[in-house]
Amino acid sequence: MTEITEVPSPFCGIGTDDLTIQVDGLALKVTANGCAVNTPAFEQAITDTSPRVDGKEVSLEVAAKKAAGLLKDTQLPVIGGCATDVNGMRALLALADRVGAVVDNMNFSAARNNLLTLQDSGWMNTTLAEVKNRCDLLLVVGTDLEAFAPRFFERYLWNKEAMFVDDTASRQVIYLGKAPSGNASTSPNGQAAKVLTCADADLPEVIAVLRTLVKGQPIQAQTVAGIAIADLQTLAEQLKAARYSVVTWAAGALAFRQAELTVQTLSEMIKDINDMNTRSSGLPLGGKEGDQTANQVCGWTTGFPARTRFSRGYPEYDPFLNDANALIANDEADALVWVQAFNAKATPPTDHLPTIVIGRSGMTFAKEPDVFIPVGTPGIDHAGHAYRMDNVVAIRLKKLRDSGLPSTADALHAIENALREMNVC
Amino acid sequence: MLIKLTGGTVYDPAAGVDGKKQDIYIQDGRIVKKPVKDVQIDKEYDLKGKVVMSGAIDMHTHIGGGKGNIARTLLPEDHRQDPVARTECTRSGCGHAMPSTFVTGYRYAEMGYTAGFEPAVLPVNARQAHMEMADIPILDKGGYAMLGSDDYLLRMLTAKKDQKAVNDYVAWTMQAAKAIGIKVVNPGGINAFKFNQRKLELDEQNSHYGVTPRQILQTLATAVKELGVSHPLHVHGCNLGVPGNMETTLDTMEGIGGLPMHLTHIQFHSYGTEGDFKFSSGAAKIAEAVNKHKNITIDVGQVLFGQTVTASGDSMRQHANHKHANPNKWVTMDIECDAGCGVVPFRYRDQNFVNALQWAIGLETFLLVDDPWRIFLTTDHPNGAPFTSYPHLIRLLMDKTFRNDMLSRIHPEAQKMTTLASIDREYSLQEIAIMTRAGAAKLIGLQDRGGLSPGNWADITIYTDNADREKMFEKPDYVFKDGDLVVRDGKVIHSKWGTTHVVKPDFDPSVEKGLKDYFDRYLTMKLGNFKISDDEITEDGRGSITVHPLQGKN
Repeated sequence: MTEITEVPSPFCGIGTDDLTIQVDGLALKVTANGCAVNTPAFEQAITDTSPRVDGKEVSLEVAAKKAAGLLKDTQLPVIGGCATDVNGMRALLALADRVGAVVDNMNFSAARNNLLTLQDSGWMNTTLAEVKNRCDLLLVVGTDLEAFAPRFFERYLWNKEAMFVDDTASRQVIYLGKAPSGNASTSPNGQAAKVLTCADADLPEVIAVLRTLVKGQPIQAQTVAGIAIADLQTLAEQLKAARYSVVTWAAGALAFRQAELTVQTLSEMIKDINDMNTRSSGLPLGGKEGDQTANQVCGWTTGFPARTRFSRGYPEYDPFLNDANALIANDEADALVWVQAFNAKATPPTDHLPTIVIGRSGMTFAKEPDVFIPVGTPGIDHAGHAYRMDNVVAIRLKKLRDSGLPSTADALHAIENALREMNVC
Repeated sequence: MLIKLTGGTVYDPAAGVDGKKQDIYIQDGRIVKKPVKDVQIDKEYDLKGKVVMSGAIDMHTHIGGGKGNIARTLLPEDHRQDPVARTECTRSGCGHAMPSTFVTGYRYAEMGYTAGFEPAVLPVNARQAHMEMADIPILDKGGYAMLGSDDYLLRMLTAKKDQKAVNDYVAWTMQAAKAIGIKVVNPGGINAFKFNQRKLELDEQNSHYGVTPRQILQTLATAVKELGVSHPLHVHGCNLGVPGNMETTLDTMEGIGGLPMHLTHIQFHSYGTEGDFKFSSGAAKIAEAVNKHKNITIDVGQVLFGQTVTASGDSMRQHANHKHANPNKWVTMDIECDAGCGVVPFRYRDQNFVNALQWAIGLETFLLVDDPWRIFLTTDHPNGAPFTSYPHLIRLLMDKTFRNDMLSRIHPEAQKMTTLASIDREYSLQEIAIMTRAGAAKLIGLQDRGGLSPGNWADITIYTDNADREKMFEKPDYVFKDGDLVVRDGKVIHSKWGTTHVVKPDFDPSVEKGLKDYFDRYLTMKLGNFKISDDEITEDGRGSITVHPLQGKN
């Protein structure tokens, strides 16, 4: 048995790297600093260790050849999931370039709310260490932050010391739109977060009113979506009085149409506050299922985020037309490669296309895919790199055990090599 | 395999060769001495009528790191206009202002470049910089680690830690980030912006730390020199883009007291306040000061007209300039108590008075600085223009008639405000070679690069001599990288991977005691997870690390 300390997590998105994990052969046990997200993700047992073709165990080489054969004559293969580390994503994009595939990270439709805002008007954002040391007011919009990241408050708001906040326990937390599910947002000195709730579908209107109040424009109504205007006025004053407010939201939790406009309103409000003699920053939540990693690697490799097609021989980005789920549902796609190295529960969304799964060992299927290659998890079975939610810090993932499982990159390279040998260029 | 390059006209300023007909021999990736008789030559290239130079080195280009990807994501419309299809030996991607990584490598190589250096590697984002650059084929690469707005250094200065302690921290940072130099951006200004300070003059105190930019520059320039790092402190000074900032720049040069210092994209720091528009050229005074202060090197950051994107660590100045964004969208970020960044798309227009004068100021600077070993050809890619515009810039420098034709087309008020028409200087091929090859290699401290004498790596670019210098430099006939032919007739025919250049200055290991405490209390990564290991660059089999000697050692 070995104990490994300062283990970084590729699962939680908030850059946790203080886990202590006991390794006993293939069994892992989180013994310090675990949480509801990380502990089960690390402790999940390995099941399959051999690739399967049509349900029969084969070598990686045979599986790769079968996969290459399935991809060889396709017109529009889709590579979905895209949940892997940097090297996995590099290999995925190399394969996509070769076969003319559509690449679509499974979280893209959520991330799109952020990306469309960025691409239309930009934003002023911050990162986790700045939150930890500067944030004096945290506004949580439309999401239950502690469910998303159980240790967010412990690590970044209720930390014992901060360089620029004298008493971290005095930080203010305000939830707008959705109430927290627990008490993590209650400060160590017992102060509970202020909570202003409304229906999800009303959030756009509430945010629009808040921005109006921040800008000092009058509102005639007394309430919006059940929230008193006076309460929003108070919030607007608090944002303008704070030295460094942080506004955070989870794009995926904004489950209504044109949610990118709400993200844009928040981002423009933040810019407005920065023109009012104080500082404010946005902190979009993310960093799960390899989403930030996929967008980063796809960004530098193609110029576009990870919903891009190569079918005409060069990358073409379209955040709507390249939706893998739509292409599958509309029978435009003719094969699916599903890449998911982190979450064994995230299985491929189709049962009628030729399907190749590069999946975390432990994945089970309602219908057996044509090819299944169980792969190691980055940060457990092999070293690698992944991005956390603030999209700036790439974390170095550690190898914890010798499972013999190939990495996602190994599996995808094997498929690409098989295609090369078939003269698919 | 022995390769012979026969009869080319060689410009190799590192060896003092200025336009001499010579043969060059290549073996095992290196240039070798003329072999003894009767040795079989495996491949010969007839270079009669061709000009031979070392592979070009871009000592300041934003090709790696998070702000590059922010710029890419921000501007899908720019990329849609420049799609790059896959070929048998090249990957697909996109080009223009912030090209994809593979296309960056191909386009540099297709211009005859074999190395590029990212000048603003945030230590906390250094992994990304290296991973992006690892996906740039053909080019060697490296980075200058950013310090000076990180809270750790500013706390050291406030606590009046001694120079040795600072030196240890600087050396530690360079090793942790796998850097070859140190960069400071708007010294203390990025940090001050986080405290809602909106400007920071050279002798103004950071509102929290009470430290001035001048102190930061003095301390870091001293550290770099004492550590023996070849590349001088690389400085993006205060007041970028502000009319009147030439005084800041002059004061910065004077104030460093003879320490080596590299002033980057100096065009953006060379503005006066004369004339009806309160915007004028300070280039003549800046050039005079550069000519006088032999400890100073500069790169220009030339503005060229067209759409581009500015991407800078200087969040303070980028935020101040956001109203000029075109298209109208922009990003700033505060980053990890380490630094910041700002991305603002920009369209430089020849009929805009300010832009036109910026263009003229850059050219004036090039033409008035005497020593080609202390001035470097850059557009601060992509800030002043994409790197693909370098051949055009070379023609502006080498061809007075062409330059004056271009001058006659810019905003008439800007024409009145520049002395460009009266400057007769035309750069020679040797001077271009100094600025883009030997001089750059020397400035960065690259051993065995930037020259064509035996022992050098065989990074070689061969052009057909052409009076139209833009056509000449945009399409080399051959480019060799480490002895392999990678470009023929201006097209990539073979892709390979370059090395990452670093230096490893010494530091007292006890520096990590204070750093560990700082990381544990205030940051979001453990110290051990912050440091980049060699295998992170080499593990996938294509990356390698080349360590260069420190000055005063070896």
